[in-house]
Amino acid sequence: MYPPRFHYEAPTSVDEVLQLLSMYQGDAKVLSGGMSLIPLMKLRFATPSAIIDVNNVPGLDTLTEDGGWLRVGALVRNRAIVRDAVVGARYPLMASVAPQIADPLVRSRSTLVGSLCHCDPQGDWGAVMLALGGEVVAASLSGERRIPVADFLLGPFQTALRPDEFAIEARVPAPVAEPFGVYHKLERKIGDFATVGVAVSLDRTGSSVRRAGLGLTGVGSTNIKCREAEQVLEQGGIDDRTIGEAARLAAEAARPQTDQRGSAEYKRHLVRTFVVRALESAIGREPLDIRRRRMENVGSLA
Amino acid sequence: MEIRQITVTVNGEPRLVEVEPRTLCVHMIREVLGLTGTHLGCDTTSCGACTVLLDGVPVKSCTLFGVQTDGHELTTVEGLGWPSELHPVQEGFKEEHGLQCGFCTPGMMLTATALLEDNPNPTEDEIRWAISGNLCRCTGYQNIIKAVQWAARKMETANVS
Repeated sequence: MYPPRFHYEAPTSVDEVLQLLSMYQGDAKVLSGGMSLIPLMKLRFATPSAIIDVNNVPGLDTLTEDGGWLRVGALVRNRAIVRDAVVGARYPLMASVAPQIADPLVRSRSTLVGSLCHCDPQGDWGAVMLALGGEVVAASLSGERRIPVADFLLGPFQTALRPDEFAIEARVPAPVAEPFGVYHKLERKIGDFATVGVAVSLDRTGSSVRRAGLGLTGVGSTNIKCREAEQVLEQGGIDDRTIGEAARLAAEAARPQTDQRGSAEYKRHLVRTFVVRALESAIGREPLDIRRRRMENVGSLA
Repeated sequence: MEIRQITVTVNGEPRLVEVEPRTLCVHMIREVLGLTGTHLGCDTTSCGACTVLLDGVPVKSCTLFGVQTDGHELTTVEGLGWPSELHPVQEGFKEEHGLQCGFCTPGMMLTATALLEDNPNPTEDEIRWAISGNLCRCTGYQNIIKAVQWAARKMETANVS
């Protein structure tokens, strides 16, 4: 499949990227990993007249903890996230989701920031970033603004990014206490989109939950943040009652549709099951979950 | 029509290539560079038959524009070894019958080469995860895994001696 013709720009600085975006006035697309954009162009769903390839811009591949945030530059590949020691030690939800995204070859190129900008309702990073309370840093010629991911993901393939803006970085607040996180995903095979994905994160001190995060994938027109379920956990801690209540509220927040991957009822049931599984493992009750154990066995794999 | 002139190191040799920006890397490799060992399978980022190494990292060349390789290094299956001097991974695929129809084989071997570069002594599970982006429609996975294990042993022996 051949994409339609386009004009190719390969800027080597952020400033140049911003100039180009301003010049093309919405008729250009930024190319980072390209794992969603290039397939869309091949199918001719996307026909930008120009491609701004940011892969030659230095400094965008920074993945670092700094000033209370984990900063993930626009060119940080999923492969780098899978292998990162700080992510592995302090961001368990990110460490859990990263090896479950697509396949190893796609992860060689694909980026977290690109996934958010693409805003596929079945994208895994959206749910994770909603659960973690992340932000997107958008740069333009008129300056920078920070957009909470909850305000960034507007609908299927629609974000709050303006045509002249470049999503230069995503940020996740650093944990203040003991972080817990896990991403449960059902997919028909490696590389398929999620039938359902559930992201759960906790920041705890002993039995009290300072911050709870719960995000859903594949069960709505965009990723869903389950604020009510989060509040139940923040107010009541984690016990049999709150686990059941959070799972019920998350299943209620889901807006699944019946498709080739399963019925709406089935997907709603999966949301409830995955929330229960995640929270039970948070308090040391390890439910039978062969897939996650397998993932942990190969934690070093990219 | 916009044509770009790029310089890309292909299997260790710098090459000056003229491509249209929309030309996919796999088409550049097969049609412009004439290296037909890289196969185009699904053309939808699923099968991994088109896997090449970009600066040593395995990627799907059907989902990369040729112009993006400007200034970079590409390794295709032709760069692994010669019939008279096979790469240990190629030897492993031969010894352990790691291929049936052979269509997925170039991609499988490049992914395996990158894995062993990174992790010279992978477990069976690690090999399975590493090749999870490469599909074999003959379903010859058992022997592919044996082939990679064979190569790992061979390379280890070579390093010790």
